[in-house]
Order: sequence, then C-alpha cells, then structure tokens
Amino acid sequence: MSTSLLIIILLGLIAVSYQLGKNRALSLAKTSKSIKTLHSRPVYYGVLTALWCGLPALFIFVAWQICEPLIVTKVLVAQLPTEIQMLPENRLDLVLNDIKNLVSGNVVSGEIKPEIEEAANHYRNLQATGNGALTVVLLSFALIGAFIARQRISPALRARNHVEKLFTYFLIGCASFAIFTTIGIVLSVLFEAIRFFRVIPINEFLFGLDWSPQMSIRSDQVGSSGAFGAIPVFAGTAMISGIAMLVAVPLGLMSAIYLSEYAHKNFRSLAKPLLEILAGIPTVVYGFFAALTVAPFIRELGVTFGFDVSSESALAAGLVMGIMIIPFVSSLSDDVINAVPQAMRDGALALGATKSETIKQVVIPAALPGIVGGVLLAVSRAIGETMIVVMAAGLAANLTANPLQAVTTVTVQIVTLLVGDQEFDSPKTLAAFALGLILFIVTLTIS
Amino acid sequence: MPSGLSCLLLPSQSHEEKPQHPRAIDIVNRGLAKRYGSEQRFKIYGLVAVFVSLSFLALLFFTIFSNGYSAFFQTFIELEIFFDPDFIDTNDRANSNFPGLVKKSLSSEFPDVKGRREKKELYSLISSGAAFQLQKLVMQQPELIGSTKTIWVPADDDVDMLFKGYLTRDVPESDRRINDRQLAWLDKWTQEGKITKRFNTVFFTSGDSREPELAGILGALTGSILTLTLTLLLSFPIGVAAAVYLEEFAPRNRWVDLIEVNINNLAAVPSIVFGLLGLAVFINFFHMPRSAPLVGGLVLTLMTLPVIIIASRASLQSVPPSIREAALGIGASKMQMALHHVLPLALPGMLTGTIIGIARALGETAPLLMIGMVAFIVDIPRGFTDPATALPVQIFLWADSPERGFVERTSAAIIVLLALLIFINSLAVVLRNRFERRW
Repeated sequence: MSTSLLIIILLGLIAVSYQLGKNRALSLAKTSKSIKTLHSRPVYYGVLTALWCGLPALFIFVAWQICEPLIVTKVLVAQLPTEIQMLPENRLDLVLNDIKNLVSGNVVSGEIKPEIEEAANHYRNLQATGNGALTVVLLSFALIGAFIARQRISPALRARNHVEKLFTYFLIGCASFAIFTTIGIVLSVLFEAIRFFRVIPINEFLFGLDWSPQMSIRSDQVGSSGAFGAIPVFAGTAMISGIAMLVAVPLGLMSAIYLSEYAHKNFRSLAKPLLEILAGIPTVVYGFFAALTVAPFIRELGVTFGFDVSSESALAAGLVMGIMIIPFVSSLSDDVINAVPQAMRDGALALGATKSETIKQVVIPAALPGIVGGVLLAVSRAIGETMIVVMAAGLAANLTANPLQAVTTVTVQIVTLLVGDQEFDSPKTLAAFALGLILFIVTLTIS
Repeated sequence: MPSGLSCLLLPSQSHEEKPQHPRAIDIVNRGLAKRYGSEQRFKIYGLVAVFVSLSFLALLFFTIFSNGYSAFFQTFIELEIFFDPDFIDTNDRANSNFPGLVKKSLSSEFPDVKGRREKKELYSLISSGAAFQLQKLVMQQPELIGSTKTIWVPADDDVDMLFKGYLTRDVPESDRRINDRQLAWLDKWTQEGKITKRFNTVFFTSGDSREPELAGILGALTGSILTLTLTLLLSFPIGVAAAVYLEEFAPRNRWVDLIEVNINNLAAVPSIVFGLLGLAVFINFFHMPRSAPLVGGLVLTLMTLPVIIIASRASLQSVPPSIREAALGIGASKMQMALHHVLPLALPGMLTGTIIGIARALGETAPLLMIGMVAFIVDIPRGFTDPATALPVQIFLWADSPERGFVERTSAAIIVLLALLIFINSLAVVLRNRFERRW
C-alpha cells in the first residue's frame, strides 16, 4: 500500500473517531437528561478520541520512516553471499546502491550479476513486507486507540483539560524549535570544524597569512601544498564590509535625519517606503547589478584616471553592498530619532539653537546608543552577505589594503569550497565549516 | 551648545554701562549668517542623501529593465520545410533526422552555398530548437509527412542579439560573432520579410538550456513554488504556535528566556550558515536527496521561523488585555481564551509577517547554493524530491554564463522575480490595510 493512501486512510479514521467521540458524549448526556452533566463540551470528547486515534499512529509512522532503511539494509546484507559481505564498507555501499538502483529502475553501474538480481528481488520483497506490516500495525493502533478512548468517555471525564494539556505540549515543542535550530547549527558546524582543526592547527588557521585551499589526493601531486591561513580572507571581509559601511552610514544616517526632522509629511510617506524597497530586493539582483554595471563602470573610471582597477574590485562589491545596507541604517536610526522626546528638541530650540544645532548636539547624542546598535546590525549583515560578493568580488585571497584590487571574503570561500562535487572528509570542505563557525561566532557577538 | 548661545544668558542691558563690551545680540548676529549657512547645508546634505539613495534604486531598476525587456521578444525566421519521408523514420518518428530537415530547407533556400564551412555558417543561424519544434509538429500531425509547410523557427541567439541591436555591424569582421556572409543571408531574409520578432513564449514555458534562445524560467519557477509551499506549510503553523506559547502561556523562567534570546539571535544569523546546517544535518546526516525542494524548503523554514515568530508576537501583543480578561471573566479556559479570542484578532498581523518572511525566502539564494540546488536542470520538477533549482539560483547561474544572450535573460528573470516580490508584498499591504485594527 502506498504511503499517501495510508495517510489518507489514517486521516479518514481520525475524522470518524472524532465523530464517534462526540456522538458518544452527546448520547451519554441524553441518557442523563441534561447536557450540563458533561464535564466538557462534546467537541472536546471528539477531539480527545481523534487524538488517541491519530497520535500513536503518527509516532509509529515517523519511527518507521527513520528506522526502515536501516533495518531493511541490515536484513539485506545478512542475506547477501558471504564474499560480498566480506567486502570493505565503501565497496559494500556501492553494491547496495546498485541493488537499490535496480529496484527503482535507475541506471546501474556495470552489468547485472545474478546474485545482485536476486538481492534486488529480495529487497523488493522486504520492502513490500515492511510496508504491509506498517499498514497493519498503524491501522490497528489507530483503531485500538480510538476504541479505548471511546470506552473511557463518561460525563466525569475531564476531556477539555486533557486536550488542552496535549496542546500545550505541542506549543512548547514549537517554541523550542528555535533552540533545536541553534543547537543544530552549533553542532553541525562545530563538529566539522573540530575535524578540520585536527588536520590544520587552529593557530595556523587563525593567524596564517596564506590562503590557498588545495588538497591533493596523492601527496606527490602538483600544487599539493594546501595553505589554510585565513587572515587574507578575514582582511578581505573587513575591507568590503568597511567600504559598505562608509557608503551606508553617512547616507543612511543623513536620510534618517532628513526624513524624520525636516521632510514634509507627504515626502516622508513617499520616500521611506521607497528606501525600504532597497532592503527587499534579493541580494542576487544586487550581485548582478554589481557585476554587470558597477564593476565595469569603476574599472573604466579607474582607467581614465590612470589607476589599475581589477574587474572584481573590492570597491564595486563594497559600494553595492553599501547601497543594500542603507535602509537598515536609515530605518533603525529613524525609529530611534523619533523616540527622542520632543521636550528635548523644544528645550534646545528655545535656547536659540538652530534646527541643525539641535539635531547635532541634542538629538543625535540622545539617540546614539540606538544608532550604534543599528549600525552594528548593519555590520553583521554586511559580513554575512553572500551573493553580492560571490558575484562581484574575487576568489583570489590577496592580502592588500588597496580597494581597487580583488579580495575575497569568508562567505565567498564557503560557497566556492562547498558548491560542486566534494568529498566530506577533505580539509578543503571542512575548512568551509571552520569559516562558517567563525562567521557564526562573529555575527553572534555583534548582535 | 554653540558659543554664541552662552552670551544670550547675560543681561542684555550691559552695553549701557560698558559700551566697550560687545552686545550679546551682536555676537549672536555676527555668528548668525554662518549658523544659518550651516543649517542650510545640513538640510541639503540630508536631502542629497535621500536622493542619492533613491537614485541608486532608480539606476538599479533602470539597468535591469533596459537590459531585460528585450528578452520578452524573440527573433523568428520563416522557413519552408518539406517534410521529406526519407528523413522520417516511420517506426520511430520521435528519433527521425529533424536537424537534417532544417538543413535541407536552408540549403534549398540558398542553393549556391557549397563549401563545408559556409554550410556550417548557414546552419548556425537557426537555433537547434528548430529541430525540436519540427519533432513536436510531426508527432502531433503525422499527416504532415510528405507535404511542405512554412513555419517560423527561432533564430540562433547571435542572430537574436544582432536584431535586438546588442551586436553592431560596424566593427571589423573578425571581432564580430556574425560574419559578412551571414549578414548577407540575414539581409536577404529581412528583405523578403522572413524575419520577425514575436513574444517569447519559450521563456515562460521551458526549463533551463545551454542555448539562450531555448532557456526558460518555468523549471526554476516551479522549483521556487515547491520550495516555498513547503516553507509556508511548515513555518506558519510552527511560528504561530511558538508565538502563542511565548506570549500567552510561557512562565517567566530560564528556559523561556533562553528561547527568546535564541529566536532573536537566529534572526541575525547570516543565511549562508543555515545553508551549512542544511548540508551537514539534512543531507549528510539524514541522507535526504541533494538539490531537492524538500531540503530547500526545510532550510528556508528554519530561516523564516524567527521572522514569523517575532512578527506574530508583536501582533499578539497589540491585542488589548481587556479581550483576554473578558474571555476569562465569562469562564473560558486559558487555552480557549488564546485560541478562540486572541488568535483570531491577531491573525491578520501574523499573516502579514508570514507573507513578508516568505517574500524574503523567495529571494534567498545563498543557503540553496549550499544544499546543491545550483545544478543545471533541464526538466521541470514534478515533486518535492525531484532535483530542482529556484528562481534566484537560476539568475545566479545565468549571470555566470558568458553568452551575450544570457545577460538579457538574466535581467528578464530578475524582472519576473521582482514582479513576484512586489505582488507578494502588496498582498501583505492590502491585508494589513484591510484587517488591521487600531485599539
């Protein structure tokens, strides 16, 4: 029986048991003359029955989905001829893959041997048996659950409390999702990073000056010397983020001041949403814009002034990233500036200060903590930004202070190291996780 | 405080007793012009900042649109095709020699083209998609075999670029993608009215391709829709439930504080880190299929959850306590109060937050790169486990392609993406204006 059909049947059972529970409660109420004798409203009895029907079945289903491949594979391996069982693990995996491909009708590597054919048939049988068993177990659990719940219904059953308790657990589970996500991020990144640091010492990674993540398969290959000193990568990130902030902070802050202090109400209501569009544009669009328009423009400009500008200059990427960040700075500063009490402005104006003097000497100092917070948020955005730099900044890790040259960033390196085919145990791939760990820690500290 | 200001506080009649001392008002007046000047300048700086920012926006839109609008049209060439029975395999019609048909038609149009190289140049004017077009035609109407029919076939991307004005004729022949001979043939066709521009339906109805004139966004769009459907189905219920718990039920203890700090931190984590999580956990640990919308949807769910939770909590907070007290007062349980009374009132705000989160997920590229949704995929995905790409990833892929034809297609795909985003966001605005309640 296919999984989707099974789920549909299960849903049907749940609906039926809801009705059963509700009707049972109503009939009980009828025998005792008044509906007031029931502890809860009839709906709750229905929901309770449905939950008893559905929840155990759901647990079994999930557990089966996780365990099924493991069990079936184990049984399958036990059935294989001994000479195949004796194969080293990775060769055995290949054989198993072949069998699975044969079953699903995919292309198989090499010709089909009779024992493989036999194993495939066996696998198919096992799967069929497994699915049959699942169907039987699942449906019987659902039916038994519904039956027990229906039997237990009595006017004194505190159905609402039971249902609400279960629902509270569900809510707590959902709320804890964020914790699991964080744990997942930390563990996944940390484990791979630790494996990386076992190969490459952490000092070399953090303070090395040379970044060329090449790892050869054989030791005598050309270019086998992998260097994993991340300083050039960090420096590139810092430079591009710095350029971005040089663009974004003045423009964003001045826009916020103008819009909140000077601008006419109509102008403000027009310009503010327009500015926020800048934050809503996908970063891949900015990346395309940077690579197609801004980088060639800066290059031409550099040529006319006699500078040697790389076509993937840090300036282009930083400039475009700055544009993207303007609304972060401006809308956060705008909120903070608006939150400064009007009395402080009135006081300064009454002393004869001009409006700009009021802003510069009263409003901004009062709003400074909030503005700094907004700028820091923007910095963490700039450091973690990926697509703009992937498309507009370079790949070569140059340790340079010249914004006209190509530099690379942490995110670019993660993308280039992980996109494409990769084996999961080479330091090259693991280096990406180490960089990700640094990125995670830095952004966490900033926020 | 400006230096002039402090003098204001002195008694102003001091000038009568000590005339040699300057009057405070004079000091103020003296500095006034300068101060008004700086006031004006400051105001202008602000205005300039706003306009510079907005002009960047305008420039961005202008670049994209001016590059992209032409991709919605495509150059077609009229060919007279004789469906030669010799070329068509009656047993296996789908695998007949359709490119041969096109080539034969071209040769009969220009009988004086003889050399191997010349012939190759002639054939290269027509897109390889023409053969597929013939194949489809023959499969649908087998009675065509043996007859002659004039059909419009797509031109090659270089020809397309020439007619759209991206390639110019006045550069030396060696620098041109189309040489003089080919130009002469094209001019002959133009004179005969055999070249026209039509609406580019291929762009909206086909998957990716190596040939710009055959590449479309349908595959990527389907991938995006599948991914986002999963994201919406998972993140909205979980996000709302989490927000309801944190706002209405959570006791003030360490665990809840930890959850709150965590949610706020997750909102600030770079999206690429979520991609790393997806790669390590979903693909390496759970062995889910690579490049599948399933994994993409899960990763984007984790990414949008904090956004939805934060928006939903704000929306719950705006429901006045009197509603809660009234519900509890007439005997509702706490759960009934939250689910029957507070949640319906907060729902429009939650939906708005969710839509904004989904819009952000639609434009997200980096985490999808990590989980391998960056492959070259021609087929339209049909399920959650089929390999797929997403629209922004398609844009990234095309942006990397060297052909000139892909520049306009990238821009056109961006136009589609932006149009979708504007549509989704305006949906959120409409929803907010329609249902928002001020208490």
